[in-house]
Amino acid sequence: MHRELRSHIISLLNANVRLDGRKLTDYRKPIEVEYNVVKTAEGSARVKIGETDVLVGVKLEVGEPYPDSPDEGTIIVGAELLPLSNPDFELGPPGIQAIELARVVDRGIRESQAIDFKKLCIEAGKKIWMVIIDICPINDSGNLFDASSLAAIAALKSTVYPAFDGEKVDYKEKTGKKLELEKTPIAVTVIKIGDKFIVDPDTEEEKVIDARLTVSSIENGTLCAMQKGGDYPLTEEDIDAMLDIGIEKGKELRKYLK
Amino acid sequence: MTYKERLNGRKFDEMRPIEAKVGVIPRADGSAMFKIGNTWAYAAVYGPRNLHPKFLQDPQKGILRCNYNMMPFSSSGERVRPGGSRRSKEISLVTEKALLPVLNLEEYPNSVVDVFIELPQTEAGSRCAGICAASMALADAGLEMKDLVCAVSFGKVADKLLVDLDYSEESYKDGPVADVPIAMLPNSGKITLLQMDGEVKKEELMKLLKMGKKACMDIYEIQKKALKEKYHEVEL
Repeated sequence: MHRELRSHIISLLNANVRLDGRKLTDYRKPIEVEYNVVKTAEGSARVKIGETDVLVGVKLEVGEPYPDSPDEGTIIVGAELLPLSNPDFELGPPGIQAIELARVVDRGIRESQAIDFKKLCIEAGKKIWMVIIDICPINDSGNLFDASSLAAIAALKSTVYPAFDGEKVDYKEKTGKKLELEKTPIAVTVIKIGDKFIVDPDTEEEKVIDARLTVSSIENGTLCAMQKGGDYPLTEEDIDAMLDIGIEKGKELRKYLK
Repeated sequence: MTYKERLNGRKFDEMRPIEAKVGVIPRADGSAMFKIGNTWAYAAVYGPRNLHPKFLQDPQKGILRCNYNMMPFSSSGERVRPGGSRRSKEISLVTEKALLPVLNLEEYPNSVVDVFIELPQTEAGSRCAGICAASMALADAGLEMKDLVCAVSFGKVADKLLVDLDYSEESYKDGPVADVPIAMLPNSGKITLLQMDGEVKKEELMKLLKMGKKACMDIYEIQKKALKEKYHEVEL
């Protein structure tokens, strides 16, 4: 479909350079993380990677636990690909792209056990906290996966419990008690185009990818979630190289969090 | 029953602090941010562009399509369920009607101008903030316009007429409250949005409209300044 663009990008990659002059495994600059940007949320963060701009807000609600885990709270991740942020996004219920984004962010947080669900229990079998994380891109200039994951973990870091008297949540009253985070999973999406690997694709590069692998890892480099995408297969050697890039870049991205 | 001093300490004709910025969404054809107190709106304009499905097309002129949406975490209470409500649909409609009179879409048959308004954070006056942002975004998109559109809510709390009600005043319990969101074209003084809920006398409403002119002119200056900040003059 984008044959000309693709061959142009590949010829540049063979010379170790990207469309915008970056090296293959460089993120766009600046990377900015801003905390507590939305006062109506219990926690929030805004992440900018180059021109990509994502807002994540966290709301805390009290609900009933699942029958199979009566003493555990839960997280819910939602993503809306707002038509405000990209000319190709349309109004309507979340499509498969939005669902995949939400689920990849969800798994990074859930599977790393960044949140101890037991600590979200208020009264076993009856009342638990639900941590609802909503991803809203303001401007999508590529790489929503990494920007959203980073914004989600930053928003969780800034989350404070509202008051709860056993019956009702009083959102006007913040308790000052922070949501505890045990780990900080970071997602890095490694892209394969031709036989080259890059990170942080922009809008043009996203049109011509062969495959992508989102690698979520925690502080010590342990992997906690992965998602392969794209129409082309990966070899064992590809995966080996992509994981190395993902883990290394994850350490770099984590430094932007305070 | 008298409302001597405003609960928020403002003067009766004083709006909350306003911030405005143009060109905040690089992928859009035009965009703007408008913040009034704790109410925060983004607007992006895409188009004129092809309109699908085809049966919606008008061969005489382009159409304007607005969508108002609150982000799930934008309310101070519980999470807002995504996907739009009857309320957000109605606001989208009145926003469209508030903006349409300043546009000239005759040159764009079969096309659409899409305006997407998103609210990351709200505390009263969100439809007006959305309209202010949208009108700046339309100008930023380079569309031919007869005027900007300035919007703010007015109202009556107990016995006082005032501008830009906030949440504490909208939910005032010790007297009647009327909330009147208005959008005005600053150069002609014409009104393109008028809604009201509460109770108010006809004479008071006419007084509110007069008060509205001054507040709208203040907003107009802020909008113009924000637009000029993006398109600063170049010395040759």
